[in-house]
Amino acid sequence: MSATQTKSTVDDTEIAKFEAMAAEWWDPTGKFKPLHLMNPVRLGYIVDQINTEFNRDATSLRPFEGLRILDIGCGGGLLSEPMARLGAAVVGADAAERNIPVAQIHAEQSGLEIDYRHTTAEALAEAGEQFDVILNMEVVEHVADPLAYLTACQQLLKPGGLMVMSTINRNPKSYIMAIFGAEVVMRWLPRGTHEWDKFITPDELFALIEQAGLKPVDRKGFVFNPVKWSWSISDRDLSVNYVTASVKP
Amino acid sequence: MDNPAIAAIIASMKPDSDVLIAGGGLNGPALALALASGGIRATIIDPTPKPTRKAADFDGRAYALSLTSVNMLKALGVWATVADHAQPILDIVVSDGKAGEGASPLHLHFDHREIEEGPMGHMVEDRYLRRALLNAVDHPLITQLEDSVTAQRIIPGGIEVTLGGGKTLTARLLVGCDGRQSGVAKRAGINRMAKDYGQTALVCAVEHEKPHNGTAHQFFMPPGPLAILPLPGNRSSIVWTETHARAAAIQALSDTEYLEELRPRFGDFLGKIKLAGKRFTYPLGLIIADDFATDRVALAGDAAHGIHPLAGQGLNLGLRDVASLAETLIGAARIGEDIGNPIVLSRYAQWRRTDTATLVGATDTINRVFSNDNPLLRLGRDLSLAAINAIPAARRKLIREAAGLTGDLPRLLQGRQI
Repeated sequence: MSATQTKSTVDDTEIAKFEAMAAEWWDPTGKFKPLHLMNPVRLGYIVDQINTEFNRDATSLRPFEGLRILDIGCGGGLLSEPMARLGAAVVGADAAERNIPVAQIHAEQSGLEIDYRHTTAEALAEAGEQFDVILNMEVVEHVADPLAYLTACQQLLKPGGLMVMSTINRNPKSYIMAIFGAEVVMRWLPRGTHEWDKFITPDELFALIEQAGLKPVDRKGFVFNPVKWSWSISDRDLSVNYVTASVKP
Repeated sequence: MDNPAIAAIIASMKPDSDVLIAGGGLNGPALALALASGGIRATIIDPTPKPTRKAADFDGRAYALSLTSVNMLKALGVWATVADHAQPILDIVVSDGKAGEGASPLHLHFDHREIEEGPMGHMVEDRYLRRALLNAVDHPLITQLEDSVTAQRIIPGGIEVTLGGGKTLTARLLVGCDGRQSGVAKRAGINRMAKDYGQTALVCAVEHEKPHNGTAHQFFMPPGPLAILPLPGNRSSIVWTETHARAAAIQALSDTEYLEELRPRFGDFLGKIKLAGKRFTYPLGLIIADDFATDRVALAGDAAHGIHPLAGQGLNLGLRDVASLAETLIGAARIGEDIGNPIVLSRYAQWRRTDTATLVGATDTINRVFSNDNPLLRLGRDLSLAAINAIPAARRKLIREAAGLTGDLPRLLQGRQI
């Protein structure tokens, strides 16, 4: 693996936490069950945004033919694989080295070709890589310098390109739901997965996106319903998990 | 990739088909067509040669297709060839009867003019429906194999099925549309709860002197219900329920003696009657699978649930499975999900569970209350039938239920494309 981490903003202790979980990625009933549960809602939003932005046929099973997509923080490939299945040329990047072989093995089992790399957004930007779409899901709350990171993302996008970014809001409710609820009570995630003070509010995130030179175009909430035990998308409730779409002018 | 060992160990998975469907009766072809409408490739596997399945003469079997099932056949493009042979059900009359006495004067009457959607359903003979579906599956996205499934096993990223000839096929998902004896369910280790009602349905078709005017009759008799369902022309399909022993004795009678048994139950409102087609018996039981789906396997139709044919809901329920499953799978494929993933399949199972439980429970209860000759219970149900009849809102609700218009309707059942 030849990762050229020239000026990484990724926090080393954060990487170590995810490495410990890498092997569990693809077990829908295992440690990553909450992510598997949330995945259809995330995918629904991502696919909808890309189809709209690039004028693709939503009833097609391969609407992303001709698009180059970067999945940052690809983990085991939970988002990279659907993107490749829909016809995109996908680069999956992860700063945790152990995720790469896990994702590669699974992509081959699924009969998909995906370019997984142990690298960072900053390194890719420095190498001059260009993408139509960047998926930036549940990453920004783990980086040391969000503005530097988003600036690298901006450089990676072609003009007219789209970035979809999700993260967790910062308020008492998000503390209870994401840290006390998910990590302590439900034990969905290992303790210490999240640091609450790194969470970003939607307004702060929009400001950062604009500072990085992108134009925010949409924001929605992902809401967990503990009675139905499922996730849904919300126009109004961005109080815990939320997602944004931005374009490069 | 800098670890060549990984590539060597893992054989890449390129499946032969997206979905394998075991069973080429009615639900299997309907599912293949529904999936093809969304661009998903399916392979139908059935050991019975297709010409045999297709060329069946009228054998007395017919289905009461609900309004929503008809919507679905329209959306799939097969209704046009069935419509000419379909009899709209314009009225349903439900009454409490006693053999030899005809219907109780207190009864329940459903008129399709009370709901805006039109006829509550259509009666269609098995042969026309089967032929229309089997013709339609000659489709570029559908493969048809004359073979049987003898084994199935989960492999990385999919499922592998072994055919009778020893050949193996791979796919993302295997769907069991293989009926009450479902081998797919058995091999997947899905337990199915079975319950014997102690009753057998006698099924036949009759020709009668007077027109039926599109009216379906359901008489609740102490041994079990008797349904008279209108077919095109002066013909009706009869489903008649007796205890196992009585049914066996009646089935053994000559046609003339059989008609003599039927006539007093039937009454004389349709004039003289004679048999048209073969006589069948079906032992009645309730079968319901603990799970409608597991890893890489889903069940639909009788493989998932066999219910009492009381309200003619068996096929309607099967088509509802098919519509929900196709919508779930196409929806998943459109957002790039692996369609055989247990998370995708659990969405289908969850969607169907409530609906099936409601209908199975209702059918079971109705049958138990009405298959009883206790005079008090009889008076009670006569009064309640009359009471429901007197309240238009309650009646409309039951009409909509019979037409299949209640519940969380899949798009195909609304007559819309997925």
